[in-house]
Amino acid sequence: MKPLAFVLLAVASGASAQSMDPTFIDQKHAAQVTGEQIFQHICQGCHMPDAKGAVGAGHYPALANNPKLAARAYPVAMVMGGRGGMPPFGMLLTDAQVADVVNYVRTHFGNHYSDALTADDVKPFRPPTPTPSRGH
Amino acid sequence: MANETSTASLTRRDLLRMIGLAGGGAVMYQAMSSLGIAAESTYQRPPPLQGTGKGTVLVLGAGLAGLVAAYELGKAGYKVKVLEYNARAGGRTWTLRGGDTFTELGGHRQVCRFDDGLYFNPGPWRLPYHHHGILDYCRRFGVTLEPFLQVNQNAYIYGKDAFGGKPQRMREVQADFHGGIADLLAKVAGKGGLDDLVSKEDREILLESLRQFGGLDAQYRYVQGPDSSAHRGYAKDAGGGPDGAPKFSKPVGLSDVLNARLWTGLGMAEIYDYQPTMLQPRGGMDAIAKAFVREIGDGVIQYDAKVTAIAQDDRGVTVSYEDTRTPGATRQEKADWCVCTIPLSILSQIPIQVSAAKQAAIAAVPYMSSSKVGLQFKRRFWEEDDAIYGGVTMTDLPIGMMAYPSHGIGTKKGVMLASYAFFLEAYEFTSLDPETRIRKTIEYGAKVHPQFPEAFENGMAVAWHRVPSTLGCFGWWTDDAREKHYADICSMDGRIVLAGEHASYLPAWQEGAILSSLAAIDMLHRRAVNGAGA
Repeated sequence: MKPLAFVLLAVASGASAQSMDPTFIDQKHAAQVTGEQIFQHICQGCHMPDAKGAVGAGHYPALANNPKLAARAYPVAMVMGGRGGMPPFGMLLTDAQVADVVNYVRTHFGNHYSDALTADDVKPFRPPTPTPSRGH
Repeated sequence: MANETSTASLTRRDLLRMIGLAGGGAVMYQAMSSLGIAAESTYQRPPPLQGTGKGTVLVLGAGLAGLVAAYELGKAGYKVKVLEYNARAGGRTWTLRGGDTFTELGGHRQVCRFDDGLYFNPGPWRLPYHHHGILDYCRRFGVTLEPFLQVNQNAYIYGKDAFGGKPQRMREVQADFHGGIADLLAKVAGKGGLDDLVSKEDREILLESLRQFGGLDAQYRYVQGPDSSAHRGYAKDAGGGPDGAPKFSKPVGLSDVLNARLWTGLGMAEIYDYQPTMLQPRGGMDAIAKAFVREIGDGVIQYDAKVTAIAQDDRGVTVSYEDTRTPGATRQEKADWCVCTIPLSILSQIPIQVSAAKQAAIAAVPYMSSSKVGLQFKRRFWEEDDAIYGGVTMTDLPIGMMAYPSHGIGTKKGVMLASYAFFLEAYEFTSLDPETRIRKTIEYGAKVHPQFPEAFENGMAVAWHRVPSTLGCFGWWTDDAREKHYADICSMDGRIVLAGEHASYLPAWQEGAILSSLAAIDMLHRRAVNGAGA
């Protein structure tokens, strides 16, 4: 199956001249969404803008200076499939975008892992098509 | 089971297509709503637990599941102690009022500046009439309920690419959608297009019913005139005196209706969970938690207790915790039994002595993202200017939906739920600091209500993934995960049983927490009375 486009990409761009709001990724600009933007729009909600995580009744792990990121499969599997407090993002992000955001995190916030991932590296981590949320 | 009849299992592609087509919170919300289990609550008021309860029970968490367990087990004769992370009971059943403070993960601290009498429910905010469990506790505990106005045909549907970004009345969108469909179907039937499918007699009845359904005229057409205006409203309402005659409004054609996609904002009122009459506790949802606390009595709930480990052996349960007011020192509490209602997002991080299968289940349920922003306005412009009295406006903006207060109608000020976003938009809201969330809500809300900036006074923003006691909004089950793990979540494991909305088929609803807790304490009690064979 073809990798799913970032959900934002799925909207055919209309004639609207609404200008881009950098606070919210607009559908029309999804093609240019970078790993850095994905971090800022999604990841930092929990891992925080400085990637140092947070502690409450449970905690969000720091991504900054995190030796677990040395094994690149680990963050890819977490982003794709989630686990525990980490939701899955496979249904939101393309393989290339998962690679981009993992590459971004592994080369920022005190991490210096230069073995960048490609979309092809990420593909095997994509979980089998899940049935969707039964939400509120 | 209604679960089977609802067959609400879209494929992932369907879901994404639905989201993508409108690209906004409204459709996401509707998609999620329609995926909810349309099962009526199975609640029956529990008989008193049979046999006198003896021994001690530790309840972890004082949300509704924990409060139900503490109340019912206490009544049955157990000695109950509750450990709660927050400094208040209720968990997600929570109401913010003037003077309250809220510090989210990341450290941003908000002080609520609402006027006296105004409030905002960041969590659950409405009760379906068929959630018999929570309604029964309200009745028993004297919690006054009032109507919650979910459906308001005079609220708006806003599509940023529809009608030049001018919000449309839900009434007009629905009338034109239904009218256009009825007109089309009547034409097809008139041309014999349904002859293979319906008998001649049924066809006549169908046509007659389409007139009623769609506001068609005597020739079965959806056109400007008294029939369509009776559904969609008038260009000039009927009045008195010489100029009293109404002027009929002009329907929007079906092609424009379909292409504008505002129909994506319809339909919530058709969904079982949101059908009238919905209810709310007068004065805020936390009235329910407060009633439980009163009924449970003093000295049972210990606040500011952060659970750090849960162990058990054949003699009892030992829970380690930290008093967050004096951090550092680990304390322990022992009991014969444990009802653990800690959200799985947190429980998955706490060492717990249960089977490998249960541990795997605890780690397998991610938490859905949602974000709410409540704004106080100095005047109720939605009532004064727009004739909107309660109800919900749907948008495809990042703010998702907005809801007008059902209470205090006609008073001066009000707190509006100005943004309620899920999933992607909620992740994005969560990634902003609270002040920016409020600023962006005003900016986007002004597209629907230009009065926003001028009438805004203050606000509160709660993004559930930054709530320290939950790390998310609610357990995000998939069918696959339920098949693999649900039984292991719900089973009793030695002396420990889990409860909460995450252990129910009513995700996110308070009713799910209550029914789950009643099931859990029933298991616990039978085991306590009859031994491990129960």
